[in-house]
Amino acid sequence: MIKDLFNKQKPKKKKYATIPTEASKQDVPEGIMQKCPKCKKIMYTKELKKNLNVCLQCGHHHGMTSLERRDSFIDEGTFQELDAALSSTNPLNFPGYLEKVEADRQKTGMNEAILTGVGQVEGHEVVVAIMDANFRMGSMGSVVGEKITRAIEEAGRRNVPFIIFTASGGARMQEGVLSLMQMAKTSVALKRFSENGGLIISIMTHPTTGGVSASFASLGDYNFAEPGALIGFAGRRIIEQTIREKLPEDFQTAEFLLKHGQLDAVIHRHDMKEKIAFLLDIHEPGGELA
Amino acid sequence: MIGLEFEKPVMELKGKIAELKEFTSTSDVDLTEEIEKLEQRLKKLEKDIYESMTPWDRVQMARHPERPTTLDYIQHLFTDFMELHGDRLFGDDAAIVGGVAKYHGLPVTVIGHQRGRDTKENIKRTFGMPHPEGYRKALRLMNQAVKFKRPIICLIDTKGAYPGKAAEERGQSEAIARNLFEMAGMEVPVICIVIGEGGSGGALALGIGDKLFMLENSTYSVISPEGAAALLWKDASQAKRAAETMKITAGDLKELGVIDAIIPEVSGGAHRNIAQQAALIDQMLKPALQELLQLSIPELLDNRYIKYKQIGEYTL
Repeated sequence: MIKDLFNKQKPKKKKYATIPTEASKQDVPEGIMQKCPKCKKIMYTKELKKNLNVCLQCGHHHGMTSLERRDSFIDEGTFQELDAALSSTNPLNFPGYLEKVEADRQKTGMNEAILTGVGQVEGHEVVVAIMDANFRMGSMGSVVGEKITRAIEEAGRRNVPFIIFTASGGARMQEGVLSLMQMAKTSVALKRFSENGGLIISIMTHPTTGGVSASFASLGDYNFAEPGALIGFAGRRIIEQTIREKLPEDFQTAEFLLKHGQLDAVIHRHDMKEKIAFLLDIHEPGGELA
Repeated sequence: MIGLEFEKPVMELKGKIAELKEFTSTSDVDLTEEIEKLEQRLKKLEKDIYESMTPWDRVQMARHPERPTTLDYIQHLFTDFMELHGDRLFGDDAAIVGGVAKYHGLPVTVIGHQRGRDTKENIKRTFGMPHPEGYRKALRLMNQAVKFKRPIICLIDTKGAYPGKAAEERGQSEAIARNLFEMAGMEVPVICIVIGEGGSGGALALGIGDKLFMLENSTYSVISPEGAAALLWKDASQAKRAAETMKITAGDLKELGVIDAIIPEVSGGAHRNIAQQAALIDQMLKPALQELLQLSIPELLDNRYIKYKQIGEYTL
């Protein structure tokens, strides 16, 4: 306000800053608390984990590792991993690629950006593939593509549904066109699986973009997403620079996609297992009019 | 409960009975006998009025603001309904709802027009008048049903496809036509039930099936009575006359051989008791579905072909 400029009589408030002592700093070890990026609430990591990484205050869905996802979705003790040993090479001799992969291996304890396996969801046998955005941004190279394709084939052999949780920045740049072709390879496998009557359920989690959203993530008989997940083909910045227009706030969120006809439903993480189990039950062969 | 013009005497009598009951309970005067007499009169009056409804009365009934909608029936007829959204092309049209559900234990796909229950919802659902994306969503769900061999149940309740600029730009005609074409070949049993208004092509786009039923007080026509009056006599106020002339009631359509059966309604209209109305639908739907499930796919498709082939009247 302009009049405030002239209102100088008011005594200035003294400002104090709290400087934590070294001792109090050490009271809270690294990682014990976490801050929600959306509502800024600070909470115990343990409580957050217990709540399936969903913010206790605003319901924001934090990321999940493949293993956390597996534990939240697959019946305990039923999971058998597939193709655990499949590892990346450096087909383009891209400088530093394998070092980066190795670093992420150390960081995540995963061999690659995806976990595949056979397991049960409330007693229904399925083949599940779970991407991990913590490993090279969940990007898809030859190994991710091959593991997905093998998982689809395994679902076909077992005649059980194929479920994929996607979380990916897209194709892996360091493997060049071979990455692009994983879009083709996985889609070709899904087509054959689908033609034989196979059930495909895709669950898009934050983020699902680029070549992954433009291949298997969008090819489910049912396409679902978690609330607030970023889903899209081209990145927001690229689009804004190209069309020179500011995009709406909710652009490329799960809710935006639902409104634009791209999703069957947005499902809260807490309801995920129950809803998918219901769908699996609907597809259980041999239903009869009682 | 909102009363229609023709049922005013019933409403008035009901009001009087309620008044007397209230009076008896709060004062010493005992009017039990009078109340009983009036209730008997009410029964007779209801019978007289509801059994001699004119086509225009039925039009009003089909449009009754409290008339049960697709989602109301889904709740009563099915267990574990899961709504699925979107046409994967442009949008999700709230004027059509659809999804998977269980019907007496059998997985089915159910799709229907959806009106709103109040103004706000009606705006969201464009008064139950679909855009092309609504029909394309319906088709997507039907194709999915075929892939997984689930019977399809369609509930029809629309004034018609949405008349608008955007709808035309996105191919309203193509969307309706595509549904007629594809529904003819759906390799699963398809049962269609008109639950309210069956308005023209917008209704027919969910209406090609092996069995077509209509609720007693629903209508099905090539155009609304108002539209017909405007076209035929250049006077939309002659809608009442058009309703009689156009043959749009369930009874008329049964006579014309267009529908397979009429589903009776609760006395006074479906909205008087939704659960009971759902039970009346169930009584027709279940045996029909049972019958269709016995047929092979070629038999099913042949019968469907013949069913539509024989509609129409002409001489040589």
